[in-house]
Amino acid sequence: MNGNESTSTGPALIELAGVTRVYGTGDAAVHALGGVDLAIVQGEFVAVMGPSGSGKSTAMNILGCLDTPTSGTYRFLGVEVGGLTHNPRARLRRNYLGFVFQGFNLLNRTSALENVELPLIYRGDSPGVRRAQARQALAQVGLTGWEHHTPGELSGGQQQRVAIARAMVTRPVVLLADEPTGNLDSARSAEIMHLLTAINRDHGVTVIMVTHEPDMAAYAKRTIRFRDGLIETDHSHTGGG
Amino acid sequence: MLWNAVLLALRELRRNTMRSFLTMLGIIIGVAAVIILVTLGGGATRQVTEQIASLGSNLLMIRPGKHMGPAQSTGAAPFKLADAEALARDVPALAAVAPTAGSAMTAIFANENWNTAVTGSSEQYFRVSNRQLKSGRLFTASDVRSGSAVCVIGETVRAKLFGTRDPIGSRIRLNKLSCEVIGLLEAKGQSTMGSDQDDIVVIPLRTFHRRVAGNTDVGMIQVSVRDGESTAKAEEAITRVLRARRHLSESEEDNFDVFDLKEIATMLSGTTRVLTSLLGAVAAVSLLVGGIGIMNIMLVSVTERTREIGTRLAIGALEREVLLQFLVEAVVLSSFGGLIGILVALGSSLALAGVLGIPFVLNAPIVLISFLFSAAVGVVFGFFPARKAARLDPIDALRHE
Repeated sequence: MNGNESTSTGPALIELAGVTRVYGTGDAAVHALGGVDLAIVQGEFVAVMGPSGSGKSTAMNILGCLDTPTSGTYRFLGVEVGGLTHNPRARLRRNYLGFVFQGFNLLNRTSALENVELPLIYRGDSPGVRRAQARQALAQVGLTGWEHHTPGELSGGQQQRVAIARAMVTRPVVLLADEPTGNLDSARSAEIMHLLTAINRDHGVTVIMVTHEPDMAAYAKRTIRFRDGLIETDHSHTGGG
Repeated sequence: MLWNAVLLALRELRRNTMRSFLTMLGIIIGVAAVIILVTLGGGATRQVTEQIASLGSNLLMIRPGKHMGPAQSTGAAPFKLADAEALARDVPALAAVAPTAGSAMTAIFANENWNTAVTGSSEQYFRVSNRQLKSGRLFTASDVRSGSAVCVIGETVRAKLFGTRDPIGSRIRLNKLSCEVIGLLEAKGQSTMGSDQDDIVVIPLRTFHRRVAGNTDVGMIQVSVRDGESTAKAEEAITRVLRARRHLSESEEDNFDVFDLKEIATMLSGTTRVLTSLLGAVAAVSLLVGGIGIMNIMLVSVTERTREIGTRLAIGALEREVLLQFLVEAVVLSSFGGLIGILVALGSSLALAGVLGIPFVLNAPIVLISFLFSAAVGVVFGFFPARKAARLDPIDALRHE
């Protein structure tokens, strides 16, 4: 996968065409995205960078189906999803997308296992299946033996790994990570990045990650830089830095 | 989906045990208050009803004078024995007629003395006032005719004068009269009006007239109406006979009263019932306040858990799943509070009924209604916060600090 031609190496998983997002109306209108075209194929590891206010968060929200474009099209797995209403978008999120947040966003006073089970509860899996898959997901992030610890009893790195397990337990197609190492020191950050790299490499999960740190972006195979609501640069490189 | 919501709600409540309990406290107190008040009120009503039943079969009391209240009466000539005899003769609807005269007096036995109510009456008194004999014998018509110095005493008098001794055959002194205790009455407890019905000494009327009162006045005539006869008709007949005997002209009002004690007692139990409903209603307001407490806590909880709600929405919870979860949390809080309230209420009303000496009457419908009401409080007051949670925008919610 080299260069911008990556779009041609496989069917596009994500395809944004002329996507704009405007907040407010009239004179007070804020153009957060000013017509973004972007294609991401299955299996990519993309870092999204840019100063605050550049539109990268808005773009991530749209990619994560948390927000809808004001105009333009968003095709996910070839299906137009930009115009979907609340519930179909929620179903799309629970079945195809995984989220990792900067602040981990785990339920406090709730065991790691129960945190990881959460998306499976919403999906309606039986307790047995839920339990088994949650254990497996925790094992995958190297937290076997920590199932019954609550977030308060875990280090930041461990909490983020629980969060990654929670995102991965539904076997999503895309993992969206919003500054996943923002609250961690460099050693923990490296661990998390190795984990995300492994998930991307071993499971073929497409990872899209927002980051401020070039060190973290170096793990990705492609870096997209936003500025003023537009994609400023889009570089592909060999990941694993 | 409902089961999932219950699971998530229970996990949530477990996370905040202390807060959950404090939130429930309002409902616990509300439900307990309603049930305790209604149960105790029901017990009081039952007690009054039982007393009505023990008053004697179809008892009417006839007193001279017009009675405005319990203690006021206009002066009027007392009855004489002949009036009672006339009623027994001329009113066929009456099963028994007992002329009575009474006086408060000190009864003395050995070193013990006790102020009690001494009643002089005929042998029919026991039948009319529905008194059963516990031991010994009652006085007879011949005792009454001859004016024997005998008496029948109530349980309280026995206890005060005789303690553990057997009173039968002993002689007690009532002022100048020394009389033999021939019978002990079965205890009857408090009357509807609160007086002790066992604090009593009954002697033959003639003995009372001659040896105690020194006159032949009859203060009150108690009669019982035959089964199947209307008490209202009997009242009319009594009034007719007594008006004639007291030489009242058409234009004059009655100078005596015929009381149907049952009517008074029924009125009293009606009052008790109204009071019970009133207190129950006040307690129901506290349940409502408990509901507002739940709403308050749920609103705080929604604000506090905004990020968490955002996370739930982001990882794929549907709006209605979040709504349902918060609604179930509120309903679980309120109905669990209701359950605890019921247990608290049953325990304390059982204890209170014992302390107050009234029967424990479990009102199952009220228990059920207050439980359902508490659950409904959860639904009603939980809905607004739940909708607020469900309508959060996941992006804003995730950004919430």
